[in-house]
Amino acid sequence: MSFVSIAYTALFYAAAIVFLVGVGARIYRYARTPAPLKIPTTPAPTTTGGVVLRMFREVVFFQSLFRSNKWIWLFGWIFHFSLLLVLLRHIRYFQDQIWLWVSLIQPFGKYAAFGMVIGLLGLWARRVLVDRVRYISAPSDHLMLALLLGIGLSGMMMTFVSHTDIVSVKAFFLGMIRFSPQELPTDPALLIHLFLVALLLIVFPISKLLHAPGVFFSPTRNQVDNPREKRHLAPWAAELEK
Amino acid sequence: MADFDVPKFREIPIIPKLEEGTMEHSKPYVAKADFQQPLGYPGELVDNWKEVAIDKMGELLGKYRSFQVFLDACVKCGACTDKCHYYLGTTDPKNMPVGRQDLLRKVYRRYFTFAGKYFPKLVGAEDLSEEVLDDWYSYFHQCSQCRRCSVFCPYGIDTAEISMAAREIMDAVGKGQKYCNEIIGKVFKVGNNLGLPQPALENTLEGIEEDVEDDTGVKVRYPLDEKGAEVLLVTPSADFFAEPHVDGLIGYGKVFHEAGISWTLSSHASEAANFGMFIGSYENMRRVSMRIREAALDLGVKRIIFGECGHAWRVAYSFLNTLAGPFDFLDPNYPVPQHICEFTHDLIKQGKLNLDKSRNDDMSLTYHDSCNVSRASRMGDTPGGQFSIPRDIIRASCNNFYDMSADTIYDSTYCCGGGGGLLTDDLMELRVKGALPRMEALKKVVDEHGVTHMAAICAICKSQFAKVMPYYGFTLDQIVSVHQLVSNALILTGQKSDDDDDDASDED
Repeated sequence: MSFVSIAYTALFYAAAIVFLVGVGARIYRYARTPAPLKIPTTPAPTTTGGVVLRMFREVVFFQSLFRSNKWIWLFGWIFHFSLLLVLLRHIRYFQDQIWLWVSLIQPFGKYAAFGMVIGLLGLWARRVLVDRVRYISAPSDHLMLALLLGIGLSGMMMTFVSHTDIVSVKAFFLGMIRFSPQELPTDPALLIHLFLVALLLIVFPISKLLHAPGVFFSPTRNQVDNPREKRHLAPWAAELEK
Repeated sequence: MADFDVPKFREIPIIPKLEEGTMEHSKPYVAKADFQQPLGYPGELVDNWKEVAIDKMGELLGKYRSFQVFLDACVKCGACTDKCHYYLGTTDPKNMPVGRQDLLRKVYRRYFTFAGKYFPKLVGAEDLSEEVLDDWYSYFHQCSQCRRCSVFCPYGIDTAEISMAAREIMDAVGKGQKYCNEIIGKVFKVGNNLGLPQPALENTLEGIEEDVEDDTGVKVRYPLDEKGAEVLLVTPSADFFAEPHVDGLIGYGKVFHEAGISWTLSSHASEAANFGMFIGSYENMRRVSMRIREAALDLGVKRIIFGECGHAWRVAYSFLNTLAGPFDFLDPNYPVPQHICEFTHDLIKQGKLNLDKSRNDDMSLTYHDSCNVSRASRMGDTPGGQFSIPRDIIRASCNNFYDMSADTIYDSTYCCGGGGGLLTDDLMELRVKGALPRMEALKKVVDEHGVTHMAAICAICKSQFAKVMPYYGFTLDQIVSVHQLVSNALILTGQKSDDDDDDASDED
């Protein structure tokens, strides 16, 4: 095996472990930390079913953001929805027999890359042009956009400009899953693309990308509005009553 | 009139350009040892305050999921940046919700996250320093914990939670706020925020009884500490004497009278407000709440009803069962606690109140949704009852009612500018500037519909507006209590009808 193949195999195993363990630990922490008081932002649903629906509207349509700012909503939603299509399209590189629906979304997933890039550029433009957003931006906020944009553009290079040996790429990842490492083609677009993806996986658990699991644990969005009907008591608060 | 510039009404409410540091000088008085110690806090800034602050932050991260998740989840999208009334009124970027949160988040990142420990510059992490503590003291006392930002945040990040945590950390290192901590001390000592002892309350209530009898010819009772009453009414202590609050209290009494339900106030729990929430202290909030439980048990009541008070209703509706429950000794047929508006609304629906709307024809009303009632509580059985029930009551009591612009009411309502422990004279500039968005919305209905008065159901809103409205060209008596309107319109059983009545109804 070439040095590059060995290096990338090691990088992706490491990145996968950091991602899974890091995000898992974070989710465990969120789940374990009690919410001692009922603080849903009201009006809030009075049933669990209602909360599921509220969360669905937040996660799928970005409802609160839509109420808040149409430009951020537009670019943010285009980016996230495109990213979803792109990710789903990439399932094909991890399976021998490609599921029918993965084949069906292939053309949409390909062009969704443009949506990703447009969304990211829009968000970045706001970060630079709007004085309030510029004020709250740290270097990492710009770098995160650069990273995602790099992933999108390098991917598009391979899809639309100079194709890579996709059969070998697929063999590489199937090999990783089966713990029998394979050779990776070495064209620059692919190597850049994969390197940035590994970087994204590594920074995920230590960055603001934690908003993805975090939203599900937000007490203002996931609590049922029933404090009068049902007494809510955290374990540490119960201690005070002894 | 003021030693600062009162903001001008904006022609079109565009988002103002930010100006750094415009409110850096705004700081409330620091609590002296006498006010710190009764609450269990050090009397002055402790020597190892940095260590204590970081330890406290760590403790809170493990106790409050909201605090942990909110510090992690923000992506700096900017959605909240134009949502805070204090930002709109002061243009100070540290008054943008995310700007305020970041004052604490940068320290969290520095001490609690991998990225902040090893790459502080990259992620905007910063050491805790005296400057940072100064900023905390200044800007976490420029948040009224109104939750408007949390409505618009895609992750529901609530700056109120961050402000509460920050204030708790500052209390823990010995840098508490005088206004809040002194008041909580008074509740522990006397029973209410204003420090009104039992005899003073008794005296006031007797005076009210006489006034109402003079006015209506009917003997309406305003009982205190009466054992065996059906209902314990817990109301903000401002209701006992301040205008227009007391007119609301008069209204509650008349409504109880007409309902034929015995009720009582308690001198032990003579305060609905719970400033323990403002300083983020579960323990102090619990201690204040327990007085209500004690009073209910002692007086043997069957129901607890709260008077018009915003943050109080949040603590009552959302937290009381948690803090001082379970209330299995009360009548299970009624929610615990109930809001006076829920009570009055039920009576109106049952047709038990004889309301003559024309008695309020000298006024044209709008309604200010109080922040914590709107975004942190509910009334009635269905979500949104906190908006419809008070409006139903106003419409049943008045002929002329107009809502303000849609983006300034319901859960988009603006805070009055004085909530969350900021209703103190040492923060007057902040209070005036923070009221700007609400004053603009009010101006609009005044100009377009000839609105003369604004009704509210919160003691802080009422006091704040009475104080700041004159800065904006209104008069202090243009803010009224909702139950004042009920009181005006309500014709008591056996009440002598006065001659003005007939004239007024002719104008309909």
